[in-house]
Amino acid sequence: MSKAELYWKANVRLVSILLTVWFVVSYLFGIILVEQMNTIKIGGVGLGFWFAQQGSIYTFLVLIYIYAKRMNALDVEYDVHED
Amino acid sequence: MDLQTLTYIVVGITFALYIGIAFWARAGTTGEFYAAGRGIHPVANGMATAADWMSAASFISMAGLIAFNGYGASVFLMGWTGGYVLLALLLAPYLRKFGKFTVPEFIGDRYYSQTARIVAVICLILASITYVIGQMKGIGVAFSRFLETDYDTGLYIGMGIVFIYAVLGGMKGITYTQIAQYCVLIFAYTVPAIFISMNITGNPVPQLGLGSEMADGSGTYMLDKLDQVINDLGFNEYTTQVMGSKLNMFVYTLSLMIGTAGLPHVIIRFFTVPKVKDARSSAGWALVFIAILYTTAPAVGSMARLNLMNTIQVGEVGVAEGNLAYADRPQWFKNWEKTGLLQYEDKNGDGRIQYYNDKNADFNKKAAEWGWKGNEMTKVDRDIMVLANPEIANLPNWVVALVVAGGLAAALSTAAGLLLAISSSISHDLLKGVFVKDISEKNELMAGRIAMAGAIALAGYFGLHPPDFAAGTVAIAFGLAASSIFPALMMGIFNKRVNRSGAIWGMVSGIGVTMLYVFQHKGIMFIPGTAFLGDMDPNWFLGISPNAFGAIGAVVNFAVAITVSKLTAPPPEHIQHLVEDIRVPKGAAAATEH
Repeated sequence: MSKAELYWKANVRLVSILLTVWFVVSYLFGIILVEQMNTIKIGGVGLGFWFAQQGSIYTFLVLIYIYAKRMNALDVEYDVHED
Repeated sequence: MDLQTLTYIVVGITFALYIGIAFWARAGTTGEFYAAGRGIHPVANGMATAADWMSAASFISMAGLIAFNGYGASVFLMGWTGGYVLLALLLAPYLRKFGKFTVPEFIGDRYYSQTARIVAVICLILASITYVIGQMKGIGVAFSRFLETDYDTGLYIGMGIVFIYAVLGGMKGITYTQIAQYCVLIFAYTVPAIFISMNITGNPVPQLGLGSEMADGSGTYMLDKLDQVINDLGFNEYTTQVMGSKLNMFVYTLSLMIGTAGLPHVIIRFFTVPKVKDARSSAGWALVFIAILYTTAPAVGSMARLNLMNTIQVGEVGVAEGNLAYADRPQWFKNWEKTGLLQYEDKNGDGRIQYYNDKNADFNKKAAEWGWKGNEMTKVDRDIMVLANPEIANLPNWVVALVVAGGLAAALSTAAGLLLAISSSISHDLLKGVFVKDISEKNELMAGRIAMAGAIALAGYFGLHPPDFAAGTVAIAFGLAASSIFPALMMGIFNKRVNRSGAIWGMVSGIGVTMLYVFQHKGIMFIPGTAFLGDMDPNWFLGISPNAFGAIGAVVNFAVAITVSKLTAPPPEHIQHLVEDIRVPKGAAAATEH
């Protein structure tokens, strides 16, 4: 496999992992499992409600941060970075 | 100083600032007009994207939606932020690498087809024009309510301001004014939120105030208190009420996320940064700036609702003195009654205000025993929650003036971004791309300016004469973008096998299914009476509301595009190389030599 193909494979793998987390915090914690999550409280907020209105947004920020950092590293590793 | 003078001064200062920036950041080339010369720092672009993105709906309407829908409004909070993850991971870096000026241009090149490009232009204009009408209406309403001008005059002033900086400066002028507008709107949003959170919970950070105890020393959590207060009056419990059903919430959230990532005026902002690397980080910065408002909104919504309920239900439910006497209503109540957005009708003639859920049958029985004859707050417009909040919380007049300037900044910045997306698709995609291919740089720039002026005039016209379809439009714009543009872009990058026919049929069937569903429940072009299936939950497919249907349209788009591509010849070799090239960042600098 060529270097470019390996780079693309690593990229797709990273994106899949990050999008799985994206799905879990918003759709799973925030909607599908919200009742079960709400039995756990942090302060005065049920955890499901918190993920739906606060936690998922914070997680999205972390996901983009990890993506940008990891991709910049992959660019250098596979020698496809900008000059 | 009285409120109106103060508002004139604050709004006047911000407008002078925007015009000053317009003269400083004039565009001299098409590169500057379409993409700000690709020299915008990623943090600055993030801030401009946040202002571009957060419209009058985010600033004014969202907290009201949260206040009255509680947990159900989570679809907006997750949907309008989660789209940035899709944008950052799946689109922005690659489209920046491609290095052209518009979204239809990518679709036309990748699918080697003028038809695909024109279909994309049509989808873009449909989504953007519906969106911009809402902004124009917001500007007119803000002027008429706070500066006591006519609605029309307010609209002309707004159009004039946008005209100056968008026609002169194109993307360059828009970018720098959006940065200024972001600062104004975020300051205007967070200052009242901090005061209110302090008042109610004693915690100055609204995000933490949401989960804190009440400041009255009762030891009750704010959200528990809110649940109890509205439950006592027959309303649905705040923290658990769903919007439609959980399936509807799932699909709605997905539609908003995909639609966000597919909206052209947001995507083109990522063409303005110097490198692929910058496009990645810039999407993150955009979400940071957006998250400041979006994580504050749940506190604003819940606390505004609690304030509103406590103002009216001053004591025990069921005791006559528990309800506020109409004669004792506070000043803000009178102010908003004048606008007609707050309406009271003394149904049982006791001179007191009963505000409760009269659609709740069980509660109605109890209410009847107390001599209540129906909910007397016959209208509580949800849009007033943010605008009335500073008055409800007794904040000084300058805070109210600031909120007006913030609302105008939100509407102006989004309108300008949308107008640029529309005008560049006309001058660059239709004119240079299809009809007058040998147009000179100078003439294309002139054409861009004329198209911009035309788009402003058109948006203004629709603002003055809102067509029937303007009512439910902003939400529909997401469905249109989700079902047409996003899938075409994503497959263009991630699936080399998708070809011309696949992309065209995918876009047409995706947007077709979505529009059909919307029209059959909301009326053809939203004309009342033409809906051939009623606009009621029992008629909805699996209980999915028309606003939430974009995700289904997107699935149809993907399925059709992939199937048609499988049955027809693969894209030519040079297209496969094009895809391989945009997948790696190397060589992006060369791509800017357009």
